[in-house]
Amino acid sequence: MEIKSNLKEISNKNQIPVGPFHPLLEEAEYFNLTVDGETVVDIDMDTGWMHRGHEFISEQKSFTQSIYLVERICGICSTSHPLAFVHALEDIDNIEIPLRARYIRTLVGELERIHSHLLWVGLAGHFIGYDTVWMWAWKYREPVLQMFEIISGNRNHYGMMRVGGVGKDVDPASIPELNKILDMLVKKMNMIAKIINDDPVLRSRLIGVGVLTKKDAIDYCAVGPTSRASGVRGDVRKDEPIDAYDLVDFDEIITKNGDVYDKFVVRVLEIIESIKICRQCLNKLKEIKGPFFNNVKEISAGEGIGRYEAPRGEVFHYVRTDGTNRVVRHKVRAPSFNNIPTFQASCKGIPIADALITLAGVDPCYCCTERAIRVSDKHNKNKKIDLLKLSRDKTLYIRRNA
Amino acid sequence: MGWYNKRLAKSLWVFHISGSPCNNCDIEILNLITPKYDVERLGIKLVGSIRHADVLLITGVFNKKIAPKIRKIYEQAPKPIFVVAIGSCPTSGTCFKDSYNIVSSREDVIPIDMYIPGCPPKPEAMIEGVAKLMEILNG
Repeated sequence: MEIKSNLKEISNKNQIPVGPFHPLLEEAEYFNLTVDGETVVDIDMDTGWMHRGHEFISEQKSFTQSIYLVERICGICSTSHPLAFVHALEDIDNIEIPLRARYIRTLVGELERIHSHLLWVGLAGHFIGYDTVWMWAWKYREPVLQMFEIISGNRNHYGMMRVGGVGKDVDPASIPELNKILDMLVKKMNMIAKIINDDPVLRSRLIGVGVLTKKDAIDYCAVGPTSRASGVRGDVRKDEPIDAYDLVDFDEIITKNGDVYDKFVVRVLEIIESIKICRQCLNKLKEIKGPFFNNVKEISAGEGIGRYEAPRGEVFHYVRTDGTNRVVRHKVRAPSFNNIPTFQASCKGIPIADALITLAGVDPCYCCTERAIRVSDKHNKNKKIDLLKLSRDKTLYIRRNA
Repeated sequence: MGWYNKRLAKSLWVFHISGSPCNNCDIEILNLITPKYDVERLGIKLVGSIRHADVLLITGVFNKKIAPKIRKIYEQAPKPIFVVAIGSCPTSGTCFKDSYNIVSSREDVIPIDMYIPGCPPKPEAMIEGVAKLMEILNG
């Protein structure tokens, strides 16, 4: 009898594949949702569609070339990755960077947070079928990109970071214009903060959806706005302030509930905090004179760790050098690597209509995450790698060719 | 097919797929339909299925896992379909050409009709690219 009832249970479950090309997802990713009626009971995902082998290419390029490469890990966090990478290289020799460069780094990093969070706010509106939010959020994202164009000359990939400073100075003549754009933005952000308090559609679609409890956030080691929305403290900018973060005043936004609505609130309030930081940086840049680049000739052999609070959480770079002009080993761990597994906790037991906004709620970035490759044989089955055998084979190979 | 192309050029429907990009070109494509650029005023519409599309926008270097899927998407498309490659990645491979995991000749995966280089290309450049496509279609 038991077997029969089990069979009945299995037959009620259906598999719903989402992706790899889905009209709502701008990246290629594949989810397999197991549903029982309308309720999601399990979720599985397949990655690897975006793997380009950054760590491998980085080991063949010089430090300055690698900065442009790690910038292209992700187009949205295109300051966070280079910044963590140069932090790692500066960590090896404890390189001092000029004060002006510290403020410029913080300014660019915070502007990136504004544009990334606005992008998410817009996409979240798009995912719940509320395109008005999308259009408004992206309308106000456009001036931020304009600020980037004024500062660095490009809208998206800025190429600002260098080992020992920044690549380009902020023109003092452009500061009033930048301030003017920030004035406009802060008004509009206060308006969006009011909208999420009042709007009945947003409240009914987002409150109580995809709850990630505090315990789950700690268990899955969630980082960034995902963990802060669940009430877990943790911000690299506060914990280990590098660059100008110990010189500026800002608050860490923490909410309790952990649902998508709270993630929305955290991001919008963080935009307002970031505008505050940008203002302080611009005011300091008016006063501080001096160099913005400390020309580093050599980096000695050693290991370095670089961290930065990307818009999605902590991004971590590890480098090992051998005294030449390129890295021997480069390891990248992006925030989405921690945040994506929280789907297991937040997606189970919710209706399928809410699944997509829950998946999008952590602001997953698959380009950042996919740093590994799975080896399979020609029949597309997993090939178990015997590490011991590989190691012995290599020894044998070296011994023969020595 | 001149009469057909002329009718097509009046309202191009666009489908967008991403073949291992860094996301930036994809975001800039989405940017095109938001208020500042608003290509819907030119009759260009982003559609949800390849079966409704006249133009296929493609971004990124193609990695070995995604290349067969891109081919499959192309085969599902109603012909004629015009493939526009956006960004420097499909054009030259940029910094990824040394990678072990990318397809070396992207033209073998799908035939590409038009390239819009830039990393990422500015939205104005993308609009100009599509406008040139319309010009060609109009003869």
